[in-house]
Formats: sequence, structure tokens, C-alpha cells
Amino acid sequence: MHGASVSLRELGKRYGCVRAVDRVAIDIRPGEFLSLLGPSGSGKTTLLMMVAGFELPDSGAIWVGDRDITLVAPNRRDIGMVFQRYALFPHMTVAENIAFPLRMRRFSKKKTMQAVADALALVQLGGFEARLPAQLSGGQQQRVAVARALVFEPPVLLMDEPLGALDKKLREQMQIEIKRLQQSLGITVLYVTHDQEEALTMSDRIAVMRDGRLEQIGSPAELYDAPATSFVADFIGKMNFLEGECLGQDARCFEITIGRSSTIVVDRHLASHEALPQRGERVRLAVRPERIELTPHKNQKLSGIVESVIFVGSSRTFLVRLAGGELLHVQSQTTRESYSPSQGERVGLSIPSDCVHVFPQAEC
Amino acid sequence: MPESSLAQPRIHGSPSSAGRYGTMTSLVLVSPLILLLGIAFAYPVGRLLWNSVFAPEPTLAHYTRIVAEPLYLVVLWRTFQIAFIVTVLAFLFGYPVAYAMARIPGRRAMLIAACVLVPLWTSILVRTYAWIVLLQRNGIVNTVLQETGLTETPLQLLYTQGAVILAMTHVLLPFMVLPIYSTLRNIPDDLAKAARNLGAGAPQAFIRITLPLSLPGAAAGTLITFILALGFYITPALVGGPRTLMMSTLIAQQTTELLDWPFAGALSAVLLTSTLLLAALYRRALSFSKGFSNG
Repeated sequence: MHGASVSLRELGKRYGCVRAVDRVAIDIRPGEFLSLLGPSGSGKTTLLMMVAGFELPDSGAIWVGDRDITLVAPNRRDIGMVFQRYALFPHMTVAENIAFPLRMRRFSKKKTMQAVADALALVQLGGFEARLPAQLSGGQQQRVAVARALVFEPPVLLMDEPLGALDKKLREQMQIEIKRLQQSLGITVLYVTHDQEEALTMSDRIAVMRDGRLEQIGSPAELYDAPATSFVADFIGKMNFLEGECLGQDARCFEITIGRSSTIVVDRHLASHEALPQRGERVRLAVRPERIELTPHKNQKLSGIVESVIFVGSSRTFLVRLAGGELLHVQSQTTRESYSPSQGERVGLSIPSDCVHVFPQAEC
Repeated sequence: MPESSLAQPRIHGSPSSAGRYGTMTSLVLVSPLILLLGIAFAYPVGRLLWNSVFAPEPTLAHYTRIVAEPLYLVVLWRTFQIAFIVTVLAFLFGYPVAYAMARIPGRRAMLIAACVLVPLWTSILVRTYAWIVLLQRNGIVNTVLQETGLTETPLQLLYTQGAVILAMTHVLLPFMVLPIYSTLRNIPDDLAKAARNLGAGAPQAFIRITLPLSLPGAAAGTLITFILALGFYITPALVGGPRTLMMSTLIAQQTTELLDWPFAGALSAVLLTSTLLLAALYRRALSFSKGFSNG
């Protein structure tokens, strides 16, 4: 089984005057795991439904491999799909469910039985052939849905928030399992989710959607370390936002004030909007909690008071109130040597100049 | 009528609600209904049936009269024939309506629902008279036929078997549409989509997924319609003629005109037994078909 490339070319879809999908162009490589990530109403599900053939785009085209499928009926697309609520046929047994796509393709009985057995083995559900979907747990239903979507060996698999109905532990287990399956089969996966952690864990690349538009596309690390907009910065991972004003710049850095007295120096290449902030311009700064370092208070440019300490096992989160009233989340690994201030203590903060993202303020 | 046939299909396998109340509480809760049924239904019907065998003295004469006189068997056969045709027609007309109601979104579905429900809230008598207005000698249908030159003289439309079937189908249609609608509405939209995605064309997806899952509703609808049609009185009495006599009309004649209560009891007993027998056979046949777990 080999994955095919999927090319979404300038897709557009309107409902009345709402642009559900607004000129989205994405090229998915063969065998790639690409997630569509966004809040509800961002157009990600509409996009998926267009690829599946249940929604027709108003403009643009969809190609799978070297085939234009924009107007092909859903049953002739040969694209597997796992639905949000699995959509198993309640009146058919597990085996009949999985055999369904093969019966539609007029496979011989012998071939069908073999393929069903293989598919069940693939999702580790051998022996469940005669059960009805209602007799399975949520996780097992999920596996049957995956087996049914894969049994006819489609080059592309669509998944619409397939893990949304599972509890956290099972979800994490299924994430790893789906990823393992995808890699061993080499299939192209287009995965819709609103859970950024899930997208980061599983994806080769993530396309962040917002209001029907493609906000940014890139590898999880790219999105995490170099968000293009403050929306992406906010949506992916934890992020501290600070309002500031540009004081001045030289060849390498900006200097930006926060509140009355504190200043931060920011590397020039991290200002992510094209027009670099001018002197006096208001900007929005974003810093990851784990990039900030706490030090015993001396005379640092930036200082604050620890309001509370949250213990989360491998790390600790400190909520630090700055002099100007802003609250910062600071995360640090729990090691024996690490500096660990207690509640109410005054601390200094140091933020490396290459870890601050600068966005224009008008954006939000 | 077996009320469990109205049960919803178990798509998501919900736990049964039995056993939530104790036996005593349940008995107290249903006792007013049982009392009412006992006094107003079970006793009179039992009395009628009792009379058919024991009035004036123990005898089977009333029953032998039914068998001996061809008229009664003809009427019984005709009653079942008409009820069957009405059920089939109501299913053929009703299923698409129920499907549209369940699948079309928003305001338009409400409009269809109104078209189904408003007649249900209108008296059967009124609806039957409407058919008389339409079908009578110089009614709307005949006038149109003559003015367009399709016929020279008015056709005999009223007091025919066709008129009875037409009017009964119309009157009973909501009883077919509503149970089918309620099962169709409970079938998730995703199932048909999944079938399409897996390679089924639209007709295949309907035949293999939607239709079998809506069978419980279809079974309930056809059973209700058939049983109601068997005992239907007003409509056949008004739009039917002597040649479309049905069992209920016959029984009414015996009780109100001829005052032969024991014989009316015998006729009722025959109708009741054959109805129950058919209903039992029907449920049995359906429970063999797959995907139909119903009690």
C-alpha cells in the first residue's frame, strides 16, 4: 500500500455570506501525516468533507496523485475515512462492517474473508468478527472503524476528530497506534482535530486554520518555535503574551519596554511581521513558559513576585506577577539543582533575546 | 395491539428502563388505566363475545351461520383485501414523505410535518366528507374531467372500492409516516455517508443501510395501519357502497339496525381472532429478518 499525494488547489466554499473555506491551498506529500488544526468553525471539517466528496467546493480543485477528483462521486474516490462517531453500521457484525467496502467492490468471498482477517489483525481485534458494534467499547469501535477504512487499501485516509469520544488515556494510546499504523502502511493521512497536543504528537506537518483561511502550515517544531501570527502562537502550546512598545533598534535587536520600567531585548529576525516595528509602535510579545528563566532577585531588568507554584510532576509552573501587573507563566524542570522559589518571593526573570516573538498589536 | 412493536430501534443499545420502579409502585401507577380499560373495554367486549356463544343458550349456531352464508366470508375476505391494499399504498406514499421529513433541514421539514399532522388533528368525518365533495357525481373531479373533455358523462367515483381505498389511505397515512419518521430521524446521517465513502452508490447506501435500519418503524407503521384499516368504520361506511361492505359496517348493522347482538359478537370474534393471528404472524416473519430486534 502506498500513499498518494493530495493537492488542495485554492479551494473555496461559501454558505450564504460566510466564507467557510477561503482559498485554501495545501500540498500533501505521499505518505505524509498532515493535521488540519483549528477551533470549531474554522473550516477544517468542511475542507475534509470536500476531500471526501460530501461537500462541493465553489472554486478550486482537489487532486489525488495525478487524478482530479473535485467532481467525482464520494463512492468513486477510493479514499478511506474514519468518522467522528465511527459511523459503524449497527445492524452488521464487525466482520460485515469491515467486509462492506469489499462487497461494494465485488471481491470474491475468499479474498474478502482473508482481507477482513488481516484488517482485524492489523488493529489487534482478532476474534471479534461476530460481535455487533453495540457490544464493543469505544476504543474497540474506533479500531473497527480504522480497520474498515483501511481494508480496501486506499492511498489516502481521512480522519475527522476520531479520538474525540475517548478518554485521555485511551486517546494517547490510540494516537501512538494510529501513527504506527500510518508509518508502517505508508498511507497519506489527512487528520482533523481541534486538539493541538494531538496534532503536535502525530503530525509530520500541521495546517492551522482560522475563519476558513489557512493561517500557517509547517512542521510541529516550526509552528511551535516560529509561529507566523499571534493566533498560531496562542493556539499551539502554552504562550505568555505581553503588551509593549518599541523603544528603538539597532542592526541586530529591538529594545521593547513592558509596563513602566522593564525592557526586553528581542532578536530582529524573530519579529514575525514584515513591517518591522517602528520606534514608538505598540507591539505584542509572546514567550513560551519554558523559555523564561527564574533567578534569585538582584537588579535584573525584569522582576516579579511569585504568586503560586503548581507542581505537575516532571515540571513546575510558577505564576509570576510583574511590576506592571502582567501575569507570566514560567515553567521549569523539576531537578534537584534547579532554583525553586516559593510563593511570595521576589524573583528576577531572564528571557533570552532569541525566544521572544513580536507581533503587531492590531492583529488581535 | 402489541405496543412493543412501537419501540425504537436499538441503534446505540440503551439499557432497558424495566426494574426502575418496584412492582407495587408500577401497579399503583397503571391501576387507573387498568380500571378504565376493564370497565370500558374488556367487560363490554367480553360480554359481546360471551353472548356470541352463550345467548340464549350455549350454541355455535352464530358461527356456523357465518361459515354457511357466503356473504359473510366474502365481506371478511374483502375487508382483509382492502386493508392490505391500503397498507401497501400508505407505505409506498408514506415512506418517501417520512424520509423527506427526516432528511430535509429546517423550515421545509416543519412544513412537511405540518402537512402530515394537520390532517391527523382534523376529524376523520371531515376528511371523509372532503372526499365525498371531491368524488361525487358533480364534484370537482368529475367537473374537471368533463370540462377538459376526457369524459362525456360523470363517472361513478363515489361508493366504489377505489373510493374506499383512496380515502382510507389518505386518512391512515399519518399513522404510517410518524413511526417511520421517528426511526429514520434516529439514524445518524454519518451512516449513509460512511456507506458512500466505502464505495456504495446512493441507491446501495439506502438499500443496505438506511432501509434495514428503518425497518422497525416500517413494521410498526404497517402494523398500525393494517389493524386500523381492518376495523375502519366511518370512511368505508360513507364513501363505500353496498358492494364495498366491510366487516365493521356489517357488525354495526347487526347491532344498531337488526339488534342481533349475539351474531354481531360472533362476527367481532372472527375479525378479532384473524387480526391477532395476522399480527402475530407478521411479527414472527419480521423477527426472522436481520437487523430487527424487537422485543
